[in-house]
Amino acid sequence: MIIVGAGQVGSSIAASLAAEHDVVVIDTDPARVDELTYSHDVLPIQGDGTDLETLEEAGIADADMLIASTDSDETNIVTCGVSAIVGNPFTIARVKQPQYLHAWEQRRGAFDVDFMVCTDLLAAKSIVGVIGLPTAQDVDMFADGLVQMTEFEIPAESPVAGQTVAEADRFDSLTFAGIFRDGEVLVPRGETVIEAEDDVIAIGSPESMRAFSTAVAPQEDAATDVVIVGGGEIGYQVARLLEEGGYKPRLFERDEDRARWLAENLPDTTVLNGDATDQELLERESVGDADVLVSALDNDQKNLLSTLIAKRMGTGRTVAVVNTGDFTELFEAVGVDVAVSPREATAEEITRFTRARRAENVAIIEGDRAEVIELEIDADSALAGRPIRESMADLPGGIVIGAITRGDSLIKPRGDTVIERGDHVVLFTDVDVLSEVTEKL
Amino acid sequence: MSGLTSRLSVDLPFEWRASCSLLGTVVKYFSLTMLLPLLVAVVYREDVLVFAGSLVIGLVAGLALERLETDPDLGPREALLLVSLSWLAAAVVAAIPFVLAGQGTASTLANPVNALFEATSGVTTTGATVLGQIGLERHSHAVMLWRQLIQWLGGMGIIVLMIAILPEVAVNGAQLMQNEAPGPELQKLTPRIAETARALWLIYAGFTVLLMALLYGLHLAGYAPRMDLYNAIAHGFSTLPTGGFSPQADSIAYFGAAVQWVVIPFMVVAGVNFALFWHVLKGEFEVLYENPEFRTYAGAIAVVTAVLAFVLYRGAAPALGDLGGATNGVAENALRQAAFQIASLLNSTGFATSNFARWDASGKMILLFAMFVGGSAGSTGGGIKVVRWLVTIKAVKRELYTTARPDVVQPVKLGGSIVDEDAVRGILVFTVLYFVLLGASAVFLSLDSARIGFDISTLEAFSAALATIGNIGPGFGAVGPFGSYLQFSPVSKLWMTLLMWFGRLEIVPVLALFVITVED
Repeated sequence: MIIVGAGQVGSSIAASLAAEHDVVVIDTDPARVDELTYSHDVLPIQGDGTDLETLEEAGIADADMLIASTDSDETNIVTCGVSAIVGNPFTIARVKQPQYLHAWEQRRGAFDVDFMVCTDLLAAKSIVGVIGLPTAQDVDMFADGLVQMTEFEIPAESPVAGQTVAEADRFDSLTFAGIFRDGEVLVPRGETVIEAEDDVIAIGSPESMRAFSTAVAPQEDAATDVVIVGGGEIGYQVARLLEEGGYKPRLFERDEDRARWLAENLPDTTVLNGDATDQELLERESVGDADVLVSALDNDQKNLLSTLIAKRMGTGRTVAVVNTGDFTELFEAVGVDVAVSPREATAEEITRFTRARRAENVAIIEGDRAEVIELEIDADSALAGRPIRESMADLPGGIVIGAITRGDSLIKPRGDTVIERGDHVVLFTDVDVLSEVTEKL
Repeated sequence: MSGLTSRLSVDLPFEWRASCSLLGTVVKYFSLTMLLPLLVAVVYREDVLVFAGSLVIGLVAGLALERLETDPDLGPREALLLVSLSWLAAAVVAAIPFVLAGQGTASTLANPVNALFEATSGVTTTGATVLGQIGLERHSHAVMLWRQLIQWLGGMGIIVLMIAILPEVAVNGAQLMQNEAPGPELQKLTPRIAETARALWLIYAGFTVLLMALLYGLHLAGYAPRMDLYNAIAHGFSTLPTGGFSPQADSIAYFGAAVQWVVIPFMVVAGVNFALFWHVLKGEFEVLYENPEFRTYAGAIAVVTAVLAFVLYRGAAPALGDLGGATNGVAENALRQAAFQIASLLNSTGFATSNFARWDASGKMILLFAMFVGGSAGSTGGGIKVVRWLVTIKAVKRELYTTARPDVVQPVKLGGSIVDEDAVRGILVFTVLYFVLLGASAVFLSLDSARIGFDISTLEAFSAALATIGNIGPGFGAVGPFGSYLQFSPVSKLWMTLLMWFGRLEIVPVLALFVITVED
C-alpha cells in the first residue's frame, strides 16, 4: 500500500492503515519524511510521486493500492496515471477542486484514477445536510441519495425525550439504528426510552429524516438565514450547495480578491469583505439574528472563536469546520453545536477500499465508536435469501439493519423482510463487531 | 538625407508616419467608392467631371500618404491615431464632390464648412443636414446618391470594412476594431479578426440588399409609386447604418404607409448588435432572448412606442398639416407614427414621417427620452448605447447599496456574466464625458447663435448638441426633422462636426489621443 503525500490526511490514513498493512509513504519534504520514520510504523521515501523512479522504488509494481493525497490536485491525478504505467494498483486520488471530480464522474476510471474523493465537497455536503435539519449533528447519504443516515441530538425540551422508541417511531421508512448515551452504544429496542442529551442514529429516507427532525424540535423552524465565515473551498462549496437548495446565504471573506471571485461565482450569495472575528462587522451585519453560522476558515482557533462570538451574539446554531486533530468532540463540548471534520469525511471514503470486504459507503460515527456501512448483498452473504429475523440470530449483537434498497425503491426492514441478492443494505454496527460482521455479510 | 529626415520628423509621441501611411490606403480605397456615383452620373447623363475629379484628388492624396512609410507597423497609439484620422479623412474626401458640384450653383454645399459638416454627418451616420433645399430637382442624382452611400460606408465602420478586405490592415485588426467598434467591448466571432469583420459586413450588406429589394418590390407591386429603383437604393443605403439622410425633402413621409411599415423593422434591426445576427444565422436563436442588451433594447422600443402611440392617439400632434396625417383618434396612423419615430430616434437613425418638432410637450419629451437611449453595442446606431445604460444604472445602484453596507462585495452583472471593473469604470467615464460635452456644447451653441442673431430656444440648442454627438440627426425647432442646421454660425457648425466625430468614435479614443499628445 502506497500513500503519496504525507500531509494531514495522508499521515492520518497511513496511521490507521499501518497496523494491518505494509505502508509506504512518499513525500517531497525531507522533514516530514523524517518525522514519519519515527512516529509511525511505515516506510517513508523522500521523492516526487509523479516520478516513475520514485514509485518503482516504493514498489509500485506489486502494490495493491495507491492513495495520492498531496495538496496539489494535479499532482495527485498525475501520480495515479504514472502508477498505472508500471503497476496495477487500485488508485485513489484526493482532489480539492470539484471540477476534476465532475470530469472524472463523466467516465469513472479516467486518468487511471479508480476512485476520486473530493474532500472539501464531502465536508460541504455534510455541512449543508446539517443546516437543513435542525438538531442534526451529522448527515451522510447512502444508495445514491435514497437513504440518509442522520445523527440527532435530543434536546431536553424535546417532546421525543422520555418517549420509548416504539412511541417515537411514527414514521414510514425510518429506523432507529443506534443510541449513544454517555459514550455507550445502545441498540434500540421497542421499549428503550429515549433520554435528553442522547444522540440518536436514524436511517431512512431523506423525507422521513425531515419529519423526525420536526418531531424532535417542533419549535425550530427550518433555517433560512445562513451566515458562512471563510470563503475557502469548503465555504464556497457550502454556499454553492445552499444556493442550489434555494438559500440566499451571507459569506464573509477576508481576502479582497477572493471575495471578489466569490461574489462573481455565487450569484445568490451576499459576499462581505471582512474579518469574521471583527465584532463590529458582525454586529453591523447583525449576525446574531442568523439561524445558522458556519465557520469554514483554515484555522481551527479562528473557527472556534468566530462560532463562540456568534453564539454569544445570539446566532441560532453554529457549525464549525475542524481541520486538525481530533478536536471534534472538544469543539462540541465548549458550545459549538456541530463540528465537521473534512479529514474524517475523507477517511470515511478511503476506508471503504482498505477493508477486506469493500463497502459501497461508510459513515464513521462518534469518533469511530460505530459505523454505518452500505453493502451490496451477494449469494454468500448471511443475509441473502432469508427473513431478517432468522439471519440476525447468526450475527453478533450490536448491529441494526437500517434500510434496504432494491433497484430504485426503499424497503423498510421488518423481521419478516426477505433480503435478496443484489439488494443494498445500510446497516449500523458497533466497531467491536465490525470485522466479524463484514466477514459474514 | 538623414538631415532631411530629421527636419521632417515632427516631435509627436506616435509613429505618426505609420498611421498616416495606412491612412493613405484607407483614403485610396474610400475614394474608389466614388465609382458608384460616377456610374449614376453616366446613367442620368449628369456632370461626370465632379466625381471623376474627386476620385482623382482622393487617389492622389491617398497614394501620396502611403509613401510616407513603406512598412507601417502599428502600436496601440498608432492604431488610435489611424482610426481617429480615418474618420476625419473620410469626411474630407466625401466633402470634395459636394464642394465641386456646388460651384456655380445656389447649393449651400459650395461652402467648404457646410460641405464638411454634411460629409461628416454622412459618414458618421448622423443625418443632420445643412442643405437649404433637398431634392433631386436641385441636386444631381449622383451627388444625392453619394450623400446616401457615405452613410452606408460609415455605418458598419470604415476601418472594419478595411480589415475585412485588406490583409495589411487586418494585421492590427483587433486593436483597430476595438477603437472603432460602437460599444464598450469588441466581440470576436471567429479566431481571425478579418473573418469577423467580413461576417459583420456581409450581414450588414445582406440586410441592406433585402431592404432595397423589398422597397423596390413594393414599387413594382404598385403599393409605392414614388419608391423607384433610385429611391429604393438610396434609402437602403441610409436605413441600415442608422443614417437618416434622404434624397427627398419630406424624408420617408414622402412615401406611403406601406413603405413606412417596411422601413420600421429595418431601423430596429440596425440598432441591434450585429454579432447577435451572426449567432442567429448559425441557428443559435436563444442568444436573442438571453442577451440582456437586446432584451432591454426591444423592450424599450415596445414600451416607448406604446406610450407614444397612446399620446398621439389622444392628440399630442395637433398641427401635422399634410405631413404624416392626423393621428388624433386614428389608431393605425398613431401606432405607425409612434413606431416609426421611436425606431428612428431611439437608435439614432433620424428618418421622420411626421414633423415632430411641432408636437406638443408630451410627445417631444417622449422622443427626447428615446434619443438618449441609443442603439446597442456592435450596432450601427449612435448615442450612449443600451449596454452602457444598463451598466451605469447597475453601478449606481451598487454604489448606493454599498453605502449602506460597506463590506458587501458586489460585482456588476449583465445577464449572468460579470462586467470587469475596468470596463465599468470605462463606461462610467464615457457616460460622464458624454453628458459634460453635451451640456457644454448646448451652452456654447446657445451663446454662439445669440452672437450672430440666430434666435433658438434652449431646447433647440440642447437638441442640436444631442442630435450631433449622438449621431441622431434631427432635433427640435429649427433643427427639426424637416429643418436644417444651415443657420448656425460656421464656428458652431465646425464644433458640431467635431461632436459628430467624437460621437461616432465614442469620444474616448479621440480624447485619449489628445491626452497622450499633451501629457507626453
